[in-house]
Amino acid sequence: MNGTISDSESSMKSATELVVERPGEFARLNYLSVHHGVRSWLLTKDHKRIGLLYLFTILIFFLIASVAAALMRIELVTPQPKLVTSETYNKLFTIHGVLMVWFFLIPSIPTVLGNFILPMMIGARDVAFPKLNLLSWYIFVAGGALALWSLLHGGVDTGWTFYTPYSTTYANTHVISMAAGVFVAGFSTIITGMNFMVTTHKMRAPGLTWFRLPLFVWSLYATSLIMVLATPVLAITLALISVERFWGVGIFDPKLGGDPVLFQHLFWFYSHPAVYIMILPGMGVISELITCFSRKPIYGYAWVGSASMAIAVLGFLVWGHHMFVSSQSVYAGMVFSILSFLVAVPSGIKVFNWTATLRKGSIHFATPMLYALGFIGLFTIGGLTGLFLAALAVDVHVHDTYFVIAHFHYIMVGGMVMAFMGGLHYWWPKISGRLYPELAGKLAAMITFIGFNLTFFPQFILGYLGQPRRYHVYPPEFQIYHVLSTAGASILGVGYLMPLIYFIWAWKHGRVAGPNPWRATGLEWQTPSPPPEHNFEQTPVVRGPPYSYSAEKDVDLDVASI
Amino acid sequence: MEAANLPPLVGQQFDDIEQQREAAKLGMWIFLATEVLFFGGLFLGYTIYRFTYGQIFVHTSRKLDVLLGGTNTAVLLISSLLMAFAVRAAKLDQRRMLTWLLIGTALLGCVFMSIKGVEYHKDYVDHLVPGRHFEWHGADPHSAELFFWIYFAMTGLHAIHVTVGIGIMLVLALLAWLGKFSHGNHNTVEIAGLYWHFVDIVWVFLFPLLYLVGHR
Repeated sequence: MNGTISDSESSMKSATELVVERPGEFARLNYLSVHHGVRSWLLTKDHKRIGLLYLFTILIFFLIASVAAALMRIELVTPQPKLVTSETYNKLFTIHGVLMVWFFLIPSIPTVLGNFILPMMIGARDVAFPKLNLLSWYIFVAGGALALWSLLHGGVDTGWTFYTPYSTTYANTHVISMAAGVFVAGFSTIITGMNFMVTTHKMRAPGLTWFRLPLFVWSLYATSLIMVLATPVLAITLALISVERFWGVGIFDPKLGGDPVLFQHLFWFYSHPAVYIMILPGMGVISELITCFSRKPIYGYAWVGSASMAIAVLGFLVWGHHMFVSSQSVYAGMVFSILSFLVAVPSGIKVFNWTATLRKGSIHFATPMLYALGFIGLFTIGGLTGLFLAALAVDVHVHDTYFVIAHFHYIMVGGMVMAFMGGLHYWWPKISGRLYPELAGKLAAMITFIGFNLTFFPQFILGYLGQPRRYHVYPPEFQIYHVLSTAGASILGVGYLMPLIYFIWAWKHGRVAGPNPWRATGLEWQTPSPPPEHNFEQTPVVRGPPYSYSAEKDVDLDVASI
Repeated sequence: MEAANLPPLVGQQFDDIEQQREAAKLGMWIFLATEVLFFGGLFLGYTIYRFTYGQIFVHTSRKLDVLLGGTNTAVLLISSLLMAFAVRAAKLDQRRMLTWLLIGTALLGCVFMSIKGVEYHKDYVDHLVPGRHFEWHGADPHSAELFFWIYFAMTGLHAIHVTVGIGIMLVLALLAWLGKFSHGNHNTVEIAGLYWHFVDIVWVFLFPLLYLVGHR
């Protein structure tokens, strides 16, 4: 291994030149090695280091929220409560929802992979506002600390949706501090979205026109648009909940003529678009993976890119489909139902174009590709069951049941988390300069896929048979589905623990990757791994469209040998 | 003379000052878009309840002091004018002028907050602050109380923004005095100006919605 590391002690320039000339080398002078110590991390303005700070932070929240989920699943093995009381169970699903949504899924791909890769993909030295980027991490940590504080002081039992009047009038838990935590974290999301938008607009390399952008950039741009326009509405809504709880402001209080349903409108005006914050970046990652491992340009580039924007825009017009049974007028329900069906069009375009890209491709089943293929299947199931829920009559039957739980977990876990894992494996050689063990990676991807389906498919049946969500006592005839689900969750847990272990191992001991182990297109691969502090020695110039793969030329990409 | 030829400070991530200026301006506009939606939640609440309790909102609105509210509108509009002059002074490298204009903007902001304070105090004395001490002798006291909740929420959120703006202006005034915005480094003043104008415009909407609905 020592032989492959450039042993020159000379300037960064000469070191990186050597690496570029001899593929398979570890760039010794890189963003990790230029500065040392805790201070260099806590005061860094480097988008790559900030991405890693986020990775570390959201991992902590993911672990806590997973423990909450595990406790729920263990409790649900038996029809009668054995492990926790009803109050504790309510707090468990609230903490699981709040942490997973705001402190893991929403930041996951944008703040980790987006921060790390976006500037490199567009040939920039950094994001437009590096200091704000670091500030966003501190704000995120502050919000997370507030959330953990409320957790340690007894938790919250409102569910992640904070529905009024329960949250404002009746709940005796730490609603204000939890809402404050989410409120604060929201500003970190807004800053990230603003930063990405400005970066994409103003920092692109010469020749990199809008329709030459990698699709990951398009999807991050669409995501940022939602972050910037939806999150402030959540902020004001949570602020109103807190002041209503504290001072009795009557905006959601029927006693003063206020309307609790107004809360649902405001909340879902944010939270439905936020659902797309939790899937669009995943779609972007999948577009990168599918093209690279089929060795083909994406089928219908402009359609896939525009579909991201269409989903972002349509996402603002469908919030009423959460309120079909909340006294919304029938006509409003019909309009929201039709608009929700419309979202299936751009989503369908994406799925069809990914599968069309596979056709006649030279497909390599590397770990990231396994996650990508898993994503396509699971996202399709999640998306199609979403159409069940968008249909007015069916929704009345399955509203607030496990069917809904299964549907959105297929999108968020089966979709977003699969994409996050796929992207993390794909860009890991760029991030760390080293390869993860491929066999263990493939195994983990398959275990995750099996565990996921076993966990959540039975929940579709449970919900259709009528088990409502958020109950920890249920009729004995449902037990078999709950046992299956819990068994699946334990397998899923193994699927998530394995990468954690081998990524940590590979950080020091993995095989040296070289600048471009996948022989992928894209500017991020045209610089050493790990990249130098300012990404590129010279600003790259782009002369053609993205994804110039060729199935014939690249048949010799031997993934097994990697 | 030498100092005048110093190049402006460009962040390492940018190619030139023009790119940096454009990026900062776009960033501020995007931030202001989020602010519109932040206030938007309250405007939506106002609209719905104005629609539901139209007459009561009209009656309740008459309790607000149009003279003080109108004076405050004028104060903020003039402060925005000073801010616009400040941006011009920054571009023309007039250090002394810039400093005074920024201080003037901040001072008018303080005048606004003082008048607002007088108004809030008047509301308190008249038992118009919602909560335990709220007294209303007309029809439907609950909806009247709701109007005052919305009034305090909207003007309160606006007041927070004005306070932040005053702080920004004072810091900028200090930096201007130290010459930080000379030689083409006026970008910060410009984007702070965008923020100040935004806060002003929010008030231009709040004033008729809250104060004038009761007056013909």
